[in-house]
Amino acid sequence: MSFPWAKEYQPSHPTMRWLDEKLPLPRLVYNAIGAGYPVPRNLNYFWNFGVLAGFCLMLQIVTGIILAMHYAPNALVAFDSTEHIMRDVNWGWMMRYAHANGASAFFVVVYIHIFRGLFFSSYKAPREMIWLLGVVIFLLMMATAFMGYVLPWGQMSFWGAKVITGLFSAIPLVGEPLQTWLLGGFAPDNAALNRFFSLHYLLPFVIAGVVILHIWALHIPGSSNPTGVEVKTAADTVPFHPYYTAKDGFGLGVFLILYCAVLFFAPNALGHPDNYIPANPMSTPAHIVPEWYFWPFYAILRAFTQDFLFIPAKLMGVIAMFASILVWFFLPWLDRSPVRSGIYRPLFRKFFWFGLIPAMAVLFYCGGAPAEEPFVMLSQIASLYYFAHFLIILPIVSAIERPDPLPYSITEKVLGEDENSALAPSAVPVEKSDAAPAAS
Amino acid sequence: MAENAVTGTPEEMSGDGVRRRDFINIAAVSAAGVGGVAVLVPLISQMAPSADVLAASSTEVDISSIQPGQAVKAVFRKQPVFIKHLTAKEIAAADAVNVGSLRDPQSLDERVKEGHREWLITMGVCTHLGCVPLGAGEGENKGEYGGYFCPCHGSHYDTAGRIRKGPAPTNLEVPEYEFTSDTIVQIG
Repeated sequence: MSFPWAKEYQPSHPTMRWLDEKLPLPRLVYNAIGAGYPVPRNLNYFWNFGVLAGFCLMLQIVTGIILAMHYAPNALVAFDSTEHIMRDVNWGWMMRYAHANGASAFFVVVYIHIFRGLFFSSYKAPREMIWLLGVVIFLLMMATAFMGYVLPWGQMSFWGAKVITGLFSAIPLVGEPLQTWLLGGFAPDNAALNRFFSLHYLLPFVIAGVVILHIWALHIPGSSNPTGVEVKTAADTVPFHPYYTAKDGFGLGVFLILYCAVLFFAPNALGHPDNYIPANPMSTPAHIVPEWYFWPFYAILRAFTQDFLFIPAKLMGVIAMFASILVWFFLPWLDRSPVRSGIYRPLFRKFFWFGLIPAMAVLFYCGGAPAEEPFVMLSQIASLYYFAHFLIILPIVSAIERPDPLPYSITEKVLGEDENSALAPSAVPVEKSDAAPAAS
Repeated sequence: MAENAVTGTPEEMSGDGVRRRDFINIAAVSAAGVGGVAVLVPLISQMAPSADVLAASSTEVDISSIQPGQAVKAVFRKQPVFIKHLTAKEIAAADAVNVGSLRDPQSLDERVKEGHREWLITMGVCTHLGCVPLGAGEGENKGEYGGYFCPCHGSHYDTAGRIRKGPAPTNLEVPEYEFTSDTIVQIG
């Protein structure tokens, strides 16, 4: 589970010793996020985002449980009860804004977390399972966020529910009955609202469960690091506590400043004004778009406007949208380069920064734009690149690329190639080991 | 006694080597399996439309006051239905189209009731992802083919409610309906 040099939990207080014998929960915590978990010493700030994502999940669960105490999941009163929370419930406005913007913050954090995984190839052996579980968490997050957005029962809620469940109607033969079954009616109504509420309450705990598996799988090989070189000796690691608890604490402080700035000064900046209009099944808003975090996938959905052989355009769009995330499941086997970190992969890096990132930026922008030219054509080009990147470019690049030389170890990368300083840090004066990283 | 059951005495073996315990295992697991699958039926079908939702699936509309060129939105199954009184010009435009060239080939006559050619009754639900198309209300955008236009993803329907341009795969759905008199239509 951990490196042989990990510190062992040794409770000094008799109560803790007694507890350790009966239920070694403090030992579990000590070995998971305490001094008993050695972590590479060179993690940069991109490695803060896992902890931040965990924080966001807790934030959403706490604010969500509070909101559920005041919200009524019935189509007749759902909108009014949301307004009741905003106007009448003590601090209700803050709870709801914290929850709505908390969802956005959660996605920001998770997207950076995924970006870190893509650039530093955190999905590669021996960490495939961590990546696969992460994709599962992301899919669960998308489902949860979608159902949560329906609950206020405003215009965007209603039409979002209609359009997203309409995706299932694209499936041949069973599509229409499936959509009716999912909604419990022929259009979104009370039955749909009730089940969305039930599932929106359930899924975060399912996510928490998969997060535990995600962290469990992480603690077997331990964290990756920016060099992509595996830990070799004790000198390559520092204990999680106090080193990374402190670093994560600092990151959390920065995150909270930004989050609170949005929460208190622009709480509606990421929402749609139309959702303050009660749901009306007789009239569609002129411009319906999902929340910003779904835009890239929405752009892929809309990029398919022509039938392909016997497959209708609508079905193609739906398949492509789901495939754009499902392709991540195959990533550990599509990228065959033994080198993990993008820092040492010159060709991969070019395609990453000048191919994948711009393509995703275009998809993001087009997903929020109206369904007209030039956005449709731009989404088509970007979708094409997106799939080509994973299915064609990555396998070819990993076959033909000549990676840059890797450092021998994390310690060598951090302290320089001086054998003495690297292997016997205690023998070296402090200022020398401080100066070395600047030179490397 | 238990020992005998595990090893299987000759008395317990039938000719093909099946022990009594094997039979009990298979029977028990089968019964539990059938029961488990049977429990899925209520668990799944509770999500299907309930009786009150199904009961609300018939609507009567008085069409006497709808002038040629006008349309009204009625509610059927909590969804809009467009009831449009076609003008002679709109009927002519619909008839002029070569049916074979359409994405979802249907003539106007296949989409209206005999003797009521001027009444086009369709669901007001875009067949792409379910938005309500524009064109039924006064002054709304009727799209490039003079029928309906869906603003969500840009599907254009012609004067017979047939898909002509955009991502929608099929024509606007014609619900079950009948003329109970010259001025009353019962939908559903």
